Amino acid sequence: MIVVVIPAYNEEQTIGRVVSGLFEHGYTHVLVVDDGSTDNTLRVAKAVGAQVLRHAVNRGQGAALETGNEWARRMGAQFTVHFDGDGQFNPSDIAPALAYMQAEGVEVVLGSRFLDTRSKLPFTKRYVLLPLGRIVNRLLTGVSLSDSHNGFRILSREALNKISITHDRMAHNSEIIMQLRTHNLKFKEFSVEIVYTRYGQGVGGGIKILKDWLVHSFFHSD
Amino acid sequence: MMLIQIFFISLFIVAFIKVILRYYRKEIQLVDALFWSIVWVGGGIVVLKPDFTFYIARFLGVGRGADVVVYSALILIFFILFRLTITLERFNRNLTLLTRKKTFENLPSKDSTTL
Repeated sequence: MIVVVIPAYNEEQTIGRVVSGLFEHGYTHVLVVDDGSTDNTLRVAKAVGAQVLRHAVNRGQGAALETGNEWARRMGAQFTVHFDGDGQFNPSDIAPALAYMQAEGVEVVLGSRFLDTRSKLPFTKRYVLLPLGRIVNRLLTGVSLSDSHNGFRILSREALNKISITHDRMAHNSEIIMQLRTHNLKFKEFSVEIVYTRYGQGVGGGIKILKDWLVHSFFHSD
Repeated sequence: MMLIQIFFISLFIVAFIKVILRYYRKEIQLVDALFWSIVWVGGGIVVLKPDFTFYIARFLGVGRGADVVVYSALILIFFILFRLTITLERFNRNLTLLTRKKTFENLPSKDSTTL
């Protein structure tokens, strides 16, 4: 069973299209974790037929993903796909990524925007923010990746059972990479397409991630 | 006694009484009650006997008594911020765990996962 987990916060404009796109590509177990949205995300996700879990209050993308992971564990998912709800990912990337994962015999596949030229990144993201993010990520996790904070990833059952996300907000990306290392999980990057419908995180977001990471790491050594 | 001394002493007495009351109402633990009692009583001593800081300054090798007060206040503020940050982190973590627990409790049945 392949479970697609979509953390969503106020994504009423895009969540329906994202879920429908996944259904059209044959993924029947699509879980939307509505992270305390104040708009109609919950209603839209239900209307298009997604399985929906709802956080009563907003806890952040990392927290929503861990809720999705917990559901996937309970469902006994063979593979768990992390997929964004803002419509920037391409569902046709999942099947080749899964095939690549199995062919390479790895437990985790991480999406990357930099392995081909399909993703049209804003100039400042491509040449300033993401290269900087890669360096910071390398310093924090000790793992060198071509893309620092790409939300597309596929986890095997073994990886799903070992990885536990404790960073509630955006620093979970680095935490997952860190856990790949600590749990000795084999992983590869795979080229995915990101269609930019909005800019996403800027410099402020990056600084906040770093601050969250440092505070969390300082106070939670477990 | 100068007006500013009366003002600060009144403030510290009220704060000290609140600490004792909160401890007896079991709203704070003994260690917190002791910590805050030392802070307010210590503050009172410094206000009543400003020369006292001179002896501490000389003992610590800081220089002036006023510097001891400023350094102590800074250390105290950082310590309080540190404790607040720990409390906030713990609160956030617990809130996330509780939210997740409630999310799964709200599922209609064990076998049905669609709300």
